[in-house]
Amino acid sequence: MPDITRDEVAHLADLARIDLSDAELDHLAPQLAVILDSIRSISEVAAEDIPPTSHPMPLTNVFREDLPRPCLTAEEALSGAPQVEEQRFAVPRILGEDA
Amino acid sequence: MSHPIRRTAAELADALAAGETTSVELTEAHLARIDAVDVEVHAFLHVDRAGALEQARESDERRAAGRSVGPLDGVPVAVKDVLTTKGLPTTCGSRILENWVPPYDATVVTRLRQAGLPILGKTNMDEFAMGSSTEHSAYGPTRNPWDLDRIPGGSGGGSAAAVAAFEAPFAIGTDTGGSIRQPGAVTGTVGVKPTYGGVSRYGLVALANSLDQAGPVTRTILDAALLHEVIGGHDPLDSTSIDQPVPPLVEAARQGAAGDMKGLRVGVVKELTGEGYQPGVQARFDEAVQLLVDAGAAVVEVSCPHFVHALAAYYLILPSEASSNLAKFDAMRYGLRVYPEGIADPNAEEVMRATRDAGFGDEVKRRIILGTYALSSGYYDAYYGQAQKVRTLISRDFAAAFEAADVLVSPTAPTTAFKLGEKLDDPVAMYLNDIATIPANLAGVPGLSLPSGLAEEDGLPAGFQILAPAMADDRLYRVGAALEAALLDRWGGPLLDSAPALAETPKEAVR
Amino acid sequence: MTTAPALMSFDEALERFDPVMGLEVHVELNTVTKMFCGCPTEFGAAPNTQVCPTCLGLPGAMPVVNGKAVESAIRIGLALNCNIATWCRFARKNYFYPDMPKNFQTSQYDEPIAYDGWTEVEVDGETFRVEIERAHMEEDTGKSLHVGTSGRIHGADYSLVDYNRAGIPLIEIVTKPIVGTREKAPQVARAYVAHLRELLLSLGVSDVRMEQGSLRCDVNLSLKRRDDERFGTRTETKNVNSLRSVERAVRYEIGRQAARLSDGDSVVQETRHWHEDTGVTTSGREKSDAEDYRYFPEPDLVPVAPDDAWVEELRGTLPEPPREHRARLQKEWGFSDLEMRDTVGAGALNLVEETVAAGATPAAARKWWLSDLARRANERGVDLSDLGVSPTDVARVQELVDEGKINDKLARQVFDGVIAGEGTPDEVVASRGLAVVSDEGALSDAVDRAIDANPDVAEKIRAGKVAAAGALIGAVMKEMRGQADAGRVRELILEKLG
Repeated sequence: MPDITRDEVAHLADLARIDLSDAELDHLAPQLAVILDSIRSISEVAAEDIPPTSHPMPLTNVFREDLPRPCLTAEEALSGAPQVEEQRFAVPRILGEDA
Repeated sequence: MSHPIRRTAAELADALAAGETTSVELTEAHLARIDAVDVEVHAFLHVDRAGALEQARESDERRAAGRSVGPLDGVPVAVKDVLTTKGLPTTCGSRILENWVPPYDATVVTRLRQAGLPILGKTNMDEFAMGSSTEHSAYGPTRNPWDLDRIPGGSGGGSAAAVAAFEAPFAIGTDTGGSIRQPGAVTGTVGVKPTYGGVSRYGLVALANSLDQAGPVTRTILDAALLHEVIGGHDPLDSTSIDQPVPPLVEAARQGAAGDMKGLRVGVVKELTGEGYQPGVQARFDEAVQLLVDAGAAVVEVSCPHFVHALAAYYLILPSEASSNLAKFDAMRYGLRVYPEGIADPNAEEVMRATRDAGFGDEVKRRIILGTYALSSGYYDAYYGQAQKVRTLISRDFAAAFEAADVLVSPTAPTTAFKLGEKLDDPVAMYLNDIATIPANLAGVPGLSLPSGLAEEDGLPAGFQILAPAMADDRLYRVGAALEAALLDRWGGPLLDSAPALAETPKEAVR
Repeated sequence: MTTAPALMSFDEALERFDPVMGLEVHVELNTVTKMFCGCPTEFGAAPNTQVCPTCLGLPGAMPVVNGKAVESAIRIGLALNCNIATWCRFARKNYFYPDMPKNFQTSQYDEPIAYDGWTEVEVDGETFRVEIERAHMEEDTGKSLHVGTSGRIHGADYSLVDYNRAGIPLIEIVTKPIVGTREKAPQVARAYVAHLRELLLSLGVSDVRMEQGSLRCDVNLSLKRRDDERFGTRTETKNVNSLRSVERAVRYEIGRQAARLSDGDSVVQETRHWHEDTGVTTSGREKSDAEDYRYFPEPDLVPVAPDDAWVEELRGTLPEPPREHRARLQKEWGFSDLEMRDTVGAGALNLVEETVAAGATPAAARKWWLSDLARRANERGVDLSDLGVSPTDVARVQELVDEGKINDKLARQVFDGVIAGEGTPDEVVASRGLAVVSDEGALSDAVDRAIDANPDVAEKIRAGKVAAAGALIGAVMKEMRGQADAGRVRELILEKLG
């Protein structure tokens, strides 16, 4: 596993939608490299035949009946919104896939 | 009768039942204590004076009408700010959720309300529970009541400090890698991380969903058992909640307090003692093990060889899950919205980026980026996939160890409380605080920390950790209560009696 | 806006290239509640009134799987001859989009509930086998309304988001590459979607209303040079939301890609948007390698592990497969092969079946759906089932004709009224005054007037030339503006002149 570069950190920050300043990149990139270095040993631990554990408790098939539960009121739903218009969440213009 | 704030929750419950006091009186006493000491300690992010007193009044009315809803009806409680509270701010210690008031209660909070416990307020924490010192709170650190220049542990330093400073009889914490137990250790209090799935996570703002668990933060084992029974049990709103009854915990604590540990096999985990542990912490641990032996327990040494990889696995799984969990904080539906500077008509993407940069602190950014990295294509198998395999190996280590022993024990944290700022910019050193607590979260088993005494080199509290198999939380209480009784006997009173008195801020200076 | 791209004629394109298609169909299930919470799924509620902490993605909220949705997914899988996973998980698909409350979609990744199936569709009597790659469960997003000068996302000043649709259960059904369909590719694509719709309707798992978006189709298409084994670069045309559009979009992309390849240009791997009004696709987002969804198992949910007993129980609930179903109906109805093929081809099989169930004869049901109603649907550019006339309506109109209350000519006007939203057939008859005149006195007077006005014709009839009555009937009908029972008019004329 290669060292994490400043460019790579910038790319990851972009994927994570965080606008890191140059100063922050300078500060975080070396720290991340150290953290990664300290956890690098993990790749040599487990053999091929070890099953992964995604969950500590082996539960399966937890389902809900198809019965309605009370919703929030629109007022409650919108109570934390930075901006509201026409009972909807008002958000800055969306650039995107669906035109 | 001693001052109400010095009494345990169980004693307060008895006093309420006997009609010696009222919930309003108790709630007022704790609110007054918060006023007096929290300027220095800063355990609370939000105090709900009016709400708590209203709930206390209702509790007193129920009691007067003979309709009390449970043993703790009327005993006030504090709640970590990571659990949603309808009508009460919930910030998770983050700027990005400043002033957010959830429209719903977490299931744990619902159960506290149903059991009649007035909620004093919300306690401070590392931002989104990322940290071991509470220094990563966007609202300033909490200070350790034993020494105000030192950290109270984290992420739940607020709950532990509130209880240690007698600002609340007990509190709710959450534990992802030790955030209940490690603060307990460094503040001389008791903390329990229940079996994963034993307490509902609905309304617990997720750090790492497969590791998080809410639990009690108290001054005694019995209080922890009482609170655990209130919040525990199946919740249909949490798919990972265990659909089985909680074992009788209060009963286990009362039995254990009698002190007979004959037939109990105690496993000392080789990998979690010795090198790297502060001498005074290790010494108190060894003495406590001897007390269990004196009470009739047999001690065996067990080896869990994969525990050395637990920290690495944890710092891959946690950031991965967290990076995805925290994506929802995007300035669209709730919380902070920051418009980028120098852009005339910013689009949603640009607003998201600016908000997330301004709203998240350094540690949160570090972990989001680390998690994004570990999950990205090309690295998933080497990091996240591998970490999950290590998780399997750690669970197998536990299974083997629990063949040889009924409970496992270790020091809770390798050191006593360190100085504020000491490890703030050294993430790896900070992460090492959780070395002994993390394995339990990875395997989902329950763990308890109780004070084992003061380390002679600094006079600060050390913690003793007990681990039990999944669903056997009652063992924690049985063994914990026995050890607590022996220690109290040795000390001649609670450890917190040796803590220095906190300077009280005169009432007129508060607000 | 870019200028319209060159197109190669369909025939020429097919001479040089073989189309390879992949169809991804998203079906909204008709469960009462959402995929992961108890909010109702009903269409058309006031904005942000069918939301809860979970589907709004509020901090702390958690998902719980709707068991009915899993059941529907398994039934769909079985109906498409898929294997059903014995153990599978939900995964998070991480990407940022304001319509998506959590900024990840809870979906399935490498462990779909159903996989490796097949189905068959018919085009012009020829059967095509379509291999199914997978069918998996996921959730829908919210809907944004774009406020601004252009009314589209680009150039909008801001957007307004309603999360009522967020969390509605979706099943995504993905085919393997469909090859060897040649010039029938557009029809096969259409027939496949029509077939899925029929299948889903018969399973009762979805309303499959394309116009409401409860069935949406993404069309992947590439062209393979006839002399080359390798597949070409594909485009993904999103949101093709009617049967006609599926056919048109495939045809359009064949022509567009063929023109590019012939001009020495390459086809760009990208998402394209289908424009219903102009019938073209335009370039959307380029699919870059940097797109990284960082899938990982959803830690708030536990695995779905259907046991054999459950799967077999669900298999027992499957309706008759469409092919057998058609064979049985053809026999019951006594249709010729050609009549049956026309009925299926027009997408009218279910409609005819339901019309028959509502009381009409098969012949009458077929007559209305395939002639008058098909023409009206075609004029409006909508699918027959979206015309606004229900099988019950058709059966009732035929009943009115059989009772002599209206005639065929009036029936057409009744349909016009129903389509125009004027109500049920009976209401249209009443409001438009379309009932045939059964007032014997008025009819008799009209006949008398016709006889008086046409003495020579009357004379011929009196002389036994009954066939001449047609002229008098025509005159009477004209006077009655068509609202008379022609049979009764004829009887009256013969009585009076007999």
